[in-house]
Amino acid sequence: MHAIQIVLLCFAVFAFSRVLIRYRRGGMRMLHLGLWFIFWTCVVVVALLPDTTSLLARWLGVGRGVDTAMYLSILMVFYLIFRSFAKIEDLDRQLTRVVRANALREMEEDQRISAVERLKSAEKN
Amino acid sequence: MPKRIIVIPAYNEERTIADVVREAVKFAEQVIVVDDGSRDRSGELAREAGALVVRHAVNRGVGAALGTGIEAAIRMGADAVVTMDADGQHLAVDAGKVFDRLAQGDVEFVIGSRMKKSDDSGHMPAHRVLFNTIGNVLTFMLFGVWVTDSQSGLRGLSHKAARTIELRTNGMESLSEFLKEMKDKHWRMAEVPIKAIYTDYSMSKGQNFFVGVKVALKLIFRRFIG
Repeated sequence: MHAIQIVLLCFAVFAFSRVLIRYRRGGMRMLHLGLWFIFWTCVVVVALLPDTTSLLARWLGVGRGVDTAMYLSILMVFYLIFRSFAKIEDLDRQLTRVVRANALREMEEDQRISAVERLKSAEKN
Repeated sequence: MPKRIIVIPAYNEERTIADVVREAVKFAEQVIVVDDGSRDRSGELAREAGALVVRHAVNRGVGAALGTGIEAAIRMGADAVVTMDADGQHLAVDAGKVFDRLAQGDVEFVIGSRMKKSDDSGHMPAHRVLFNTIGNVLTFMLFGVWVTDSQSGLRGLSHKAARTIELRTNGMESLSEFLKEMKDKHWRMAEVPIKAIYTDYSMSKGQNFFVGVKVALKLIFRRFIG
C-alpha cells in the first residue's frame, strides 16, 4: 500500500467521523448523512482500488482515471462553495429580519414610554 | 397636510449626522435615523438633533438599514418617505424637491439624480462618474431599468411604494434592488436633478473599487438565484 492511500483512507475515516458526530448531535438530516456516506465510501474505494477510476474514465470518455477523479472533485467543490454561499446569504437575510424586528419593537416601546410621560406631565400641569 | 418622513441610515457618522438631521427636520414632519450598529455616538447625536432613532443591535448594511427605516416610517404613518445619506453628501433642500415631486401624485418613486444636469448640480469626480455608469449599465443588464443615477442614496417613495417594497439584499446592492422592485411592482418613476457635495469625508465613505466588485457579484446572485 502506498503512503497516499493511507493518507486518503485516514482522511476519509476522519471526515466521516465528523459527519457522524454532527448527525448524532442533530445538526444534520438523514439525507445528508447518506450522501456524505456515499461520497466518502467512494473516496475509500478509489484510494484502495485506483483502477476503478479507469473504468469510470472509459465510460465517461475521459483519458485517465485520475483525471476523472480530479474533474469530479472540482465539480463537487464548486457545488459545495455555491451551497455555502447560498446558505450564508440566507442566514444574512434571517439575521436582518431578527435585528429589524427587534429595532422596531424597541422604537415602539420608546414611543409608548414617551407618550405616557407626556401624559403624566400634562396631568401634573 | 401629508406626513413626510426622511429616513437616514447611519453607520459611524458622528462627524456629520447632527448637522444632517438639523437640516433635514426643516423639510419633513419627522426624521428617522437608523443607527446601523454604530460604535460611535451617531445614534445619541441624531436623537439630540431631533431625530427618532431606530437602532440595529449589529451592523447589517445600508440596504438593511433602509428597509428598517422605511418600515419604521410606515408605522409612524408616513404618506411619503425620502431616504438620504448621513455623510452630508445630500442637501436637505433636495429632499424637499423629491417630496414635492412625489406630491404631484403621478409617480410612486423618485430618484434624486446627481447625473441629471441642472444649473446648480455639483461636479462629480471622474472616477465616481465611471463607477456610476458601470452601476447604471449593470442595473440595466440585470433588471432592465435604465436610470441616470442608479446608485443615488437620495430617493423618494410614495406611501404605496414604501408599504410594499421588499428589500432582500443588505448592502449597497439594495440601491439597485429598489429599481427591481420598481419594475416588478409597476411603480411610475421620475428623476429630479440634485446637487451632491463631495467632501474628503464623504469620498472616504463611498464605494471603492472592491466594494463595487462585491456589489456587482451580489446583484448578479440576487438576479439569478435568490
